[in-house]
Amino acid sequence: MDLSLVPLLAVLVSLIAVVPILLSSDKPNLRETWTILAAFIKFGLVLLLVPGAIEGKSVELHLVDLAPGMPLALNADPLGVFFAVIASGLWIFTSFYSIGYVRGAGEHKQTRYFASFAVCLSATIGIAFSANLLTFVLFYEILTVATYPLVIHNEGKEAINAGRKYLAFTLTAGLLLVAGSAMVYIYTGSIDFTPGGLFSGIELPHTAMLVLFIIFLGAVGVKAGIMPIHSWLPAAMAAPTPVSALLHAVAVVKSGVFAVIRVAGYVFGTETMGNYGLDDILIVIAGATIILASLIAFAQDNLKQRLAYSTVGHLSYIVLGVALLTPFGMQGGIMHIAAHATLKITLFFCAGAIYVNLKRKNISQLNGIAKSMPWTMAAFTIGSMGLAGIPPINGFFSKWTLALGSLDGDMVIPVIVLVVSGLLNVGYFFPIIYRAYFKPPEGLEGYGEASPLMVVPIMVTAILSVLFGFFPNLFFGLYDLAVNISLSLF
Amino acid sequence: MADFFLGHYAYWFTIILLCIGLYGILFKKNLIKKTIGLAILQISVVMYFVSVASKWDATVPVLDPNIPVDQVANYLNPLPHTLMLTAIVVGVATLGVAFTLLIAVYNRYETLDEEELIDKIQ
Amino acid sequence: MIESHLPAYIALTFLLFSVLIPAFGIWRDELSQPLAVIGSGLAAGFSIYGFYSYLQLGSIRYFFGGWEPPIGIEFVYDGLSGFFALVINTVAFFVIIHSNKISKREFPGKEMPYYALAMLMMLGFNGMVLTGDLFNLYVFLEIASLAGYAIIAIGDRQAPYAAFRYLIIGTAGGTLYLLGVGFLYTVTGTLNIIDMSAMLPQFAGSTAVVAALILMIVGIGVKAALFPMHGWLPDSYTYASSSSTALIAPIGTKVAAYILFRIILWLFGVELTDAVVPFTYIVGVLACIGILYGSIMAIAQSEMKRMLAYSSVSQIGYIIMGLSLANPWGFAGALLHVLNHAIMKAALFMISGQIRFKEGHSSVNMFDDTYRKKYPWTMAAFTVTAISMVGLPPLAGFFSKWYLALGTIDNSNWLFLAVILISSLLNAVYFFRILEKVYMMNPDKGQKEAADAERDEFSGSMLWPTSILAFSLIVIGFANAIIVGVLLNIFPM
Repeated sequence: MDLSLVPLLAVLVSLIAVVPILLSSDKPNLRETWTILAAFIKFGLVLLLVPGAIEGKSVELHLVDLAPGMPLALNADPLGVFFAVIASGLWIFTSFYSIGYVRGAGEHKQTRYFASFAVCLSATIGIAFSANLLTFVLFYEILTVATYPLVIHNEGKEAINAGRKYLAFTLTAGLLLVAGSAMVYIYTGSIDFTPGGLFSGIELPHTAMLVLFIIFLGAVGVKAGIMPIHSWLPAAMAAPTPVSALLHAVAVVKSGVFAVIRVAGYVFGTETMGNYGLDDILIVIAGATIILASLIAFAQDNLKQRLAYSTVGHLSYIVLGVALLTPFGMQGGIMHIAAHATLKITLFFCAGAIYVNLKRKNISQLNGIAKSMPWTMAAFTIGSMGLAGIPPINGFFSKWTLALGSLDGDMVIPVIVLVVSGLLNVGYFFPIIYRAYFKPPEGLEGYGEASPLMVVPIMVTAILSVLFGFFPNLFFGLYDLAVNISLSLF
Repeated sequence: MADFFLGHYAYWFTIILLCIGLYGILFKKNLIKKTIGLAILQISVVMYFVSVASKWDATVPVLDPNIPVDQVANYLNPLPHTLMLTAIVVGVATLGVAFTLLIAVYNRYETLDEEELIDKIQ
Repeated sequence: MIESHLPAYIALTFLLFSVLIPAFGIWRDELSQPLAVIGSGLAAGFSIYGFYSYLQLGSIRYFFGGWEPPIGIEFVYDGLSGFFALVINTVAFFVIIHSNKISKREFPGKEMPYYALAMLMMLGFNGMVLTGDLFNLYVFLEIASLAGYAIIAIGDRQAPYAAFRYLIIGTAGGTLYLLGVGFLYTVTGTLNIIDMSAMLPQFAGSTAVVAALILMIVGIGVKAALFPMHGWLPDSYTYASSSSTALIAPIGTKVAAYILFRIILWLFGVELTDAVVPFTYIVGVLACIGILYGSIMAIAQSEMKRMLAYSSVSQIGYIIMGLSLANPWGFAGALLHVLNHAIMKAALFMISGQIRFKEGHSSVNMFDDTYRKKYPWTMAAFTVTAISMVGLPPLAGFFSKWYLALGTIDNSNWLFLAVILISSLLNAVYFFRILEKVYMMNPDKGQKEAADAERDEFSGSMLWPTSILAFSLIVIGFANAIIVGVLLNIFPM
């Protein structure tokens, strides 16, 4: 079977779905049907690419030239397919959940919401399949713009300020990415992502390389939420919860860490990173972010804010894994993309269900809610345990691999960081669970579980997290993929 | 030194005229005077072209039976003059448009003093 | 056979219609606008065909009356001329279609003189772009400028004074240019650009040549609104009528930029330009200051037309910066930006004119989310154009910045690169500010107003030109590799 058009179709399907979504704006059921349909088709198309990716094959497609010698090109390589499977798979659950959420919360401008969501997913898959930096910039910026209407969805003062902050950070990052890509093109004569990097055989002064790396770090670091350029992420929690769940736990921020992997492994190359000492910078920043973000998470009473800081910390696990420059580290980082995605989306789904059902946002208001919402809180507990790295939930496995990776590289400090961070995770999640299960409920008479449209996706993602913990290779060979990718980079 | 100044007196004349024109444009507050400055500026350039084309012991570029055609040096170069005819026409047209605009300004604000005008606009 | 006469046809079309319009306009005033549409349409057609035949056959030199230079005057239709003629005539065509209703509203009864002047101005612009003779260029410059002053004076109460200020400074600029031409003529004895460029290298380092270069750059810099000679621009663009601004803003400064390209890259060549003083770098630094200054001033404005005027100061800086880089990428970026910015500025000024037409003002502070309901397509066009101005892919505006960035890095010119990046952010500030107002409910007012607003879209004569220009930015974005491929071939070194 000829798969050459599949990456393109996978990118386009949700973009095309925007048209019927906009046209059926006054028929909500029909409109949501388009979203669901697009989500399933997209996931199906991505799955078609999985068998090839496990064998290490890529599907390449050159479209028009974006600039002379710089085509708009898609390349569904194993790393891209890995990311695309996660993003498009979780979109299905988020779509169902979104329907429950926006209707339950009576949100306005729902058409704009679903249309923007579809564009975001197109851009995310585009990022996953980009074959060169210019194509990557294209989708990266589309993602920025398409997320903006979702961030400001509530249109209150807080949301508008969050939107401005979001744009200020991401547009700056986009410009740095443009500058960095242009520099790479002038220095190396190529902008194609190549395993092993573009700089082999090219000698640059140490400072030039350092500046270039810092430019890229600024460019991809914003979306990857590394400190100190993370602060848009907590602010963007002003968005509706499904947005926070899919975009600010999976699509947008994972695009950021995905970009870190692309830049480190496919632009600079692991060898160049090591030769110029760039990995050390990355380890320090990632380690500091992990610890600091976990500490700040303690201080948050707003549940979504606490989750946001937790996200900031966990994104840096992945960055750390890349920075270790060992096969195990890379593999752990890539595995953590999947692990954190399922876990954090579960947690955000729970937060959203609590908000829609009880109109409560703060942790201090959650006393005894496990009696009213047992399923939701069960899922929440699974998600928290996973993020804290308690076996057998999938977060443990990736953390274990990360630790192996750092020992492999004869580094002890990253291991300590991982252990401390695990403890801190327990520290900031446990009080929530304690409140929910053991404190007496207040004013919860007559409240039950949220609508099934929300609870079912929550349960499914929670169960997926557990299953992945036991059988990492169960679905779509994600584990094999991660191993293949990390080996191809060394 | 004296030679340098005297030998190029036509240029110095042009430059002084140019400076007077620029001074009028930049520092005069009355809009009519600004326009006069503009006219002086244009004239200075016209003078420059004409002075470049002039030479001693040469006649107007009309065929003279006493002077053979192959002795081109005895004729003035006609090109700068013709160019300046065009430039003068352009200058006159510019002045025409300038005065038209000034009439419109005066009808609306009843002043042509720049400072008063800016006060009235705000 | 038509190909060899094309350069003349383009200019003569405008000359013909600048006479036809008064002739018919006296009889029937309402014929002026359709005639202007036909005239500019014909010229646009000639330019498109001309550029096509340039691609097939190469440059055309057209000798008026069959007199070859240095005796006669010639029109040179090479890649640069052809490209500029194509851009300005196509954009003018759309703007003139668009001006139909606005002209009737903003200056009723004056359509005939307005369109006659517009044709005359276009004659001047095309003459400047096409001519191969420096003095001829001056004459066309003055034709275009004189018509331009008159067109700007048609507008608000303050318009004549703004036009007068422009006249003083613009004519002074033109005169300085003429003096520069005089110096070059005394040195080389020719006015033909091709002849002169062959002779100039003998005089490298001569004071007269350096002085001529300074005078020409300053003189044309005034017309191009190169910082710090931009002072006339904001007032003129703000107070002129909406259709006048939409016509002059995208075209006028571009043609001046064309002259700078012609002088620096063709007539002198970079080596000779930089022989004594690094002029290209100085011009580039001025352009950078202009970029930042224009963007910052644009943020400070609340009147949309004035904001766009300052944005023009900033955007012309990109073009001149690309010129000053004097490498293929910078050149391609600058010329692509000529195309992009002409389209974007035309569309934006047309939209501001439309808002004035329906709402009676174009003050950004009074924009609200009823516009989204009332003018969905216009606002969609505005959004596309604004995002292109900010420079986000895949819209056209991104790619000119991309090539400019490549050019700055190629020259290791980090200052210029930083300016491009910073100014993109500043652009984002002033355009997203408007988008926020148009697409979001005002937290203080609530949602009621927007819900009550009825759709009240503009009529086709306004909507179509705006939409076509705005959405062509997407097409140009994807097709830019083809355009840039052509532009890279035009680069003279």
